[in-house]
Amino acid sequence: MRGIRRSRPEPAPAPARDDAGQGWSPQGSVAVATDPEAEAVTGPVDAVHDDGQVPAEVASGRPRRGLRLRRPRLSLRRRKTPSIVPRGSVRDRFGIRDLVAEAAHGVGARPGRLVLTIIGTVLGVGSLVVTVGLAQTAAGQIARQFDAVAATQVVVEPATSRTSQGERATGRIPWDVEDRLNRIAGVEAAGAVAPVSIGEATITAVPVNDPSAPDVTPPKVLATSPGMLEAVGGRVVTGRYFDSGHDQRADRIVVLGARAATRLGVNRVDRQPSIFIGEHSYTVIGIIDDVNRRSDMLDSVILPIGTARADFDLSSIEQAHAKIAVGAGPVLADQAPLALEPNNPDTIEVQVPPAASGVRQNVQADINAIFLALGGVALLVGGLGIANITLLSVRERVGEIGLRRALGASKRNIGAQFLVESVVIGLLGGLIGSALGVFAVVAVSLAKEWTPILDTWIVIGAALLGGVIGLGAGTYPALKAAGIEPITALRGGT
Amino acid sequence: MSALDVFDQSAPGPSPAAGPVTEQIPAASVPVIELAELTRTFPGTPPVHALRDVDLRVERGEYVSIVGPSGSGKSTLLHILGLLDRPTSGDYYLDGVATGTAPEQDRSALRGGRIGFVFQSFHLLPHRTVMDNVLLATLYSGVPRTERKDRALAALNRVGLSHRLDFMPTVLSGGERQRVAVARAVVASPHVLLADEPTGNLDSANSAGVLDLFDELHADGLTLVVITHDDAVSARAQRRIQISDGILTEVA
Repeated sequence: MRGIRRSRPEPAPAPARDDAGQGWSPQGSVAVATDPEAEAVTGPVDAVHDDGQVPAEVASGRPRRGLRLRRPRLSLRRRKTPSIVPRGSVRDRFGIRDLVAEAAHGVGARPGRLVLTIIGTVLGVGSLVVTVGLAQTAAGQIARQFDAVAATQVVVEPATSRTSQGERATGRIPWDVEDRLNRIAGVEAAGAVAPVSIGEATITAVPVNDPSAPDVTPPKVLATSPGMLEAVGGRVVTGRYFDSGHDQRADRIVVLGARAATRLGVNRVDRQPSIFIGEHSYTVIGIIDDVNRRSDMLDSVILPIGTARADFDLSSIEQAHAKIAVGAGPVLADQAPLALEPNNPDTIEVQVPPAASGVRQNVQADINAIFLALGGVALLVGGLGIANITLLSVRERVGEIGLRRALGASKRNIGAQFLVESVVIGLLGGLIGSALGVFAVVAVSLAKEWTPILDTWIVIGAALLGGVIGLGAGTYPALKAAGIEPITALRGGT
Repeated sequence: MSALDVFDQSAPGPSPAAGPVTEQIPAASVPVIELAELTRTFPGTPPVHALRDVDLRVERGEYVSIVGPSGSGKSTLLHILGLLDRPTSGDYYLDGVATGTAPEQDRSALRGGRIGFVFQSFHLLPHRTVMDNVLLATLYSGVPRTERKDRALAALNRVGLSHRLDFMPTVLSGGERQRVAVARAVVASPHVLLADEPTGNLDSANSAGVLDLFDELHADGLTLVVITHDDAVSARAQRRIQISDGILTEVA
């Protein structure tokens, strides 16, 4: 085209355009028309020769050897900036405000269709928020089961095997289990417990045999090692718990569980009250309460193991309890049997807390994967819906597009308008979907009596995701709209 | 008082500060429209020569009508003049600016700032008020934001529709719609008003009203190019040009 024009002789009716000393000719005006900004900066065209001929490199936009440096630089800049024919207030030519206002009109023109358009996005974003919200809420519920006590308690028992007579222990917990467990890293407190059989003996607070009194079931008798109270997280209400000295000497002292103390009528120990188990008197040195495990201790009369072995021929330990550091469970599961029974570690069973975080993550991952996939599909459908309807809208508004182009809108203006419309629709769907999703999570939590947990950023992000989907879905229709030729559009009527 | 003065005070076209290519071009020396050996050929077998080596000068303030039967190249000429189509060869100077090979961006800007369109079928946006329809033309033509409302009001006042600002175009009569379209065409103070069969969809009374309006605008100094097949319409123009088979001839 340019080649043709350049080779063509100057048109006969061409007027003198050398006024204002600019030295430009019809040919020169090619550069002028395409390069107004550059000219505004450089002043009179310096690349156009005095004879009115346009150097080929100016017409073609390529720099020439020996040309002043700023000329090509400005030419390059011209290519980047969407410059236009010189005009007064480029600033006010279809600015952001106009763009948004026009897009808002376009979006609001057909409310019924708008609703249909955003439904897909609403459902997609909503299901996404519900999915993540319910997953987080459920994870919160699961986490609640792994409370601090459960995560720090270990129970050691002899292994059992089934025989024709029933279950019987195949192993044996050594008497010094407390010392052995305490040596394992991660154990904060350990203790052993065993039920004590007192035969026909009665337990009373006074040595009076009242024949008229009704027979009462005596409280249970337990023997524990000195560390047991700490191992199960108990609390001394009054007095003290026994120590290893009492244990070794087999002193006739007892500690009462809180409810046993009430039944026996003992509520203070400063006067050294005694209780009688059978014929022997035992000094009450303390009352305990608030144990996390073995709550039967609260109903029991508790002896040191040494005393129980001496007086009641205690033959074995039933259980050992340990309080461990969080996360030490797996280590203890390996080491405790070896520590207690090096020759036959299989005969010792250790119940350690499960690796809580692992379980939680697994559950969360399963839920998330399934529902996120569903939400993703819904979003895809929503995006396709927006694309479809925006495309339809572009076809319907061909006349409007043609008119806007005739009124001076550039392709970019048209494309931007439809893109913004689509983004606004997507954003609207995202906001509504997010809000509905939050409501759904709260409603489900309310019905199940859970604590609703939902990350704020998930909600905000989901709403924005709607806008992103609108952007993606609107790109093709916007390109279509921008590519519409004004002639065909105006011929179409409306 | 000339109504167009209102617009000309702050013409959206090039301001003197923008550079040497400005309104400083003396009105007498540079025609508003100049076609130089312009040809438009549509490819095909055989190719259709819609315009053949057309030369045309329209000076500032002229009222030109272009008459011709359908198929004579009228629409093609209008599209070329309105920068909606590009010539196959030759060039089109609008206010002395060569537009034939200018980038689309620049042609859009020229369209917005210097050309006002009036269409046969009005092309008003049906869901927008009369005021919005007129304001639409100010969006793309660089009219300063603060002046838009005032200028749209002035333009509507000029065409006698200041009492219809908030009406939807769908409830207006054909003549009123065309007057809204004229207001929209002049609101950005174009250098030339291109009208394509402006009375094609109007009855005789409304046609007369629109043509009277054109006369007034012409009297105010606006350059008008009216394309029509109707001799009655073209008779109103100061200068008549006949087009047939893509060739222009002046009608005395």
